[in-house]
Amino acid sequence: MAAQDASTTVAPSPSPVEERVTLRVDGVVKRFGEHTILDHVSLDVRKHETVALLGASGSGKSTLLKCVNLLEQVDDGQIWLGSTDITDPRIDQDAVRARIGVVFQQFNLFSHMRVIDNVTLAARKVHKWSRAKAEEKAMILLRRINMEEKAREYPDRLSGGQQQRVAICRALMMEPELLLLDEITSALDPLLVGEVLEMVEELKQQGATILMATHEMGFAHDAADRIVLLRRGRIAENGSPAEVMDHPTDPETQEFFAAYNRV
Amino acid sequence: MDDSARASYEVSAVEREREEYRRKQRRNAILTSIGSSVALVVVVALVLSNSPGWPRVRESFFSPEYFVRAWPQVVEGLMLNIRVLVVALVGTSILGLSLALIRITTSPVMFPLRVLAQLYTTIMRGIPMLVVLYLVGFGIPGLELFGRIDKAVLGTIAVVMSYSAYIAEVLRAGFEDVHPSQRAAARALGLTTTQTMRLVIIPQALRKIAPALMNDFISMQKDVGLISTLGAVDAVRAAQIVVAKTYNFTPYVVASVLFILMSVPFILLNDWYSERLRTREQAGGMV
Repeated sequence: MAAQDASTTVAPSPSPVEERVTLRVDGVVKRFGEHTILDHVSLDVRKHETVALLGASGSGKSTLLKCVNLLEQVDDGQIWLGSTDITDPRIDQDAVRARIGVVFQQFNLFSHMRVIDNVTLAARKVHKWSRAKAEEKAMILLRRINMEEKAREYPDRLSGGQQQRVAICRALMMEPELLLLDEITSALDPLLVGEVLEMVEELKQQGATILMATHEMGFAHDAADRIVLLRRGRIAENGSPAEVMDHPTDPETQEFFAAYNRV
Repeated sequence: MDDSARASYEVSAVEREREEYRRKQRRNAILTSIGSSVALVVVVALVLSNSPGWPRVRESFFSPEYFVRAWPQVVEGLMLNIRVLVVALVGTSILGLSLALIRITTSPVMFPLRVLAQLYTTIMRGIPMLVVLYLVGFGIPGLELFGRIDKAVLGTIAVVMSYSAYIAEVLRAGFEDVHPSQRAAARALGLTTTQTMRLVIIPQALRKIAPALMNDFISMQKDVGLISTLGAVDAVRAAQIVVAKTYNFTPYVVASVLFILMSVPFILLNDWYSERLRTREQAGGMV
């Protein structure tokens, strides 16, 4: 991986990232006008690790994920994907995006394309696979979630949970180094949340590297290796679910989880 | 619900009674619409036949004899309309799409082009079609830059200039109506800006704006008839020539009938396209 990236540009500083760190966010700042959304945020996601990003609405979770995916430009700091500094403006952004799988809250799937075309789009158009090869791979992924008979359907014919699971398949298609999940169950009927979270749990078992923003506290507690709690654009907590969620010492953190428990 | 699903179980008396009532309602609705249509035709016929000048109007606008006489010449003129229409369709699509794409860019490099595009759409939508035709039809040759240009070519240019402004605005609305997440999702997959536009945004936008677009195209094919004002011998001009010789206005009606017939394929295409989208991409029924 390091060799592949060396060709892009000479990095301003040699990569500080060890082999087992997939993502390193280093002192990232993001402002929108007067508002500082992310205020020197630093965190690592190690290979095969699942990190849950928690925080109240507006704490900066989504913005951080957008920065990692280059949908937003950082105002300071660096983000490393493997040994690539993806905040370097000289890198090929499309190539970086292709290394990261992303699933959003909703409107992930392209409504004018069948399920199979959605899943194979990047393989065919970005990575120039043949349709046959792409569809073969896609069918394996769809079969794993028992959706193979929906392959020729349009997304509007699927339930919200099925749509999100297809979106995850699409994100997995090119075997991304990192999977970003941005509140993927927030727009779902509570009864459909389970099937999507189960799928995430399975991916984790298979060794995926996941950074997910979520409001599902129970799921974060059980599935994540590490919890990162954002508060007003800063990292308030960063530790194991047991440390952060079960035995928080900070009063504001206690209040945050208590508020969720009251709901 | 289709009938096969319903037949598979015993229908209750309540449902049978409701079904009977609905059937009666539907029958009444059909009878009412037939009745009102007949009444309208009768009223119009009575008013016309009782107007003192009706025989003369009928003779000058709806004379079967002149209809048959003018038909071949007007049809020949219509061939020019069709040629102009085809070229104008392609030209308008290209220019309209370019204008719309320029207008939705955000890059600072494109700023001057963006302003120009906005100016263009604002001005061109404000000028009456006829004035654009005169400006292009008589203004461009007046420059004496290009030698003799065919009137039909100038007319086509004018139509393209005017209609691409309308098309551009419709397209822009369509592009902006596609949910931002769709663009984000496409970019997240690694698609380039151009691929995102071509594979995701444009196809989805077209689905939303198809009826409005079709409307503009039908309106355009009608306005193609205005090139006659430049002296190009199209269907309207051909009709005019016959009128000048015979002092009978029926040829204009011939031209109108032909224009209506020409719009039918567009309308059918639009209906077919909307229906296909509805059945294939949208789950559930219409409410």
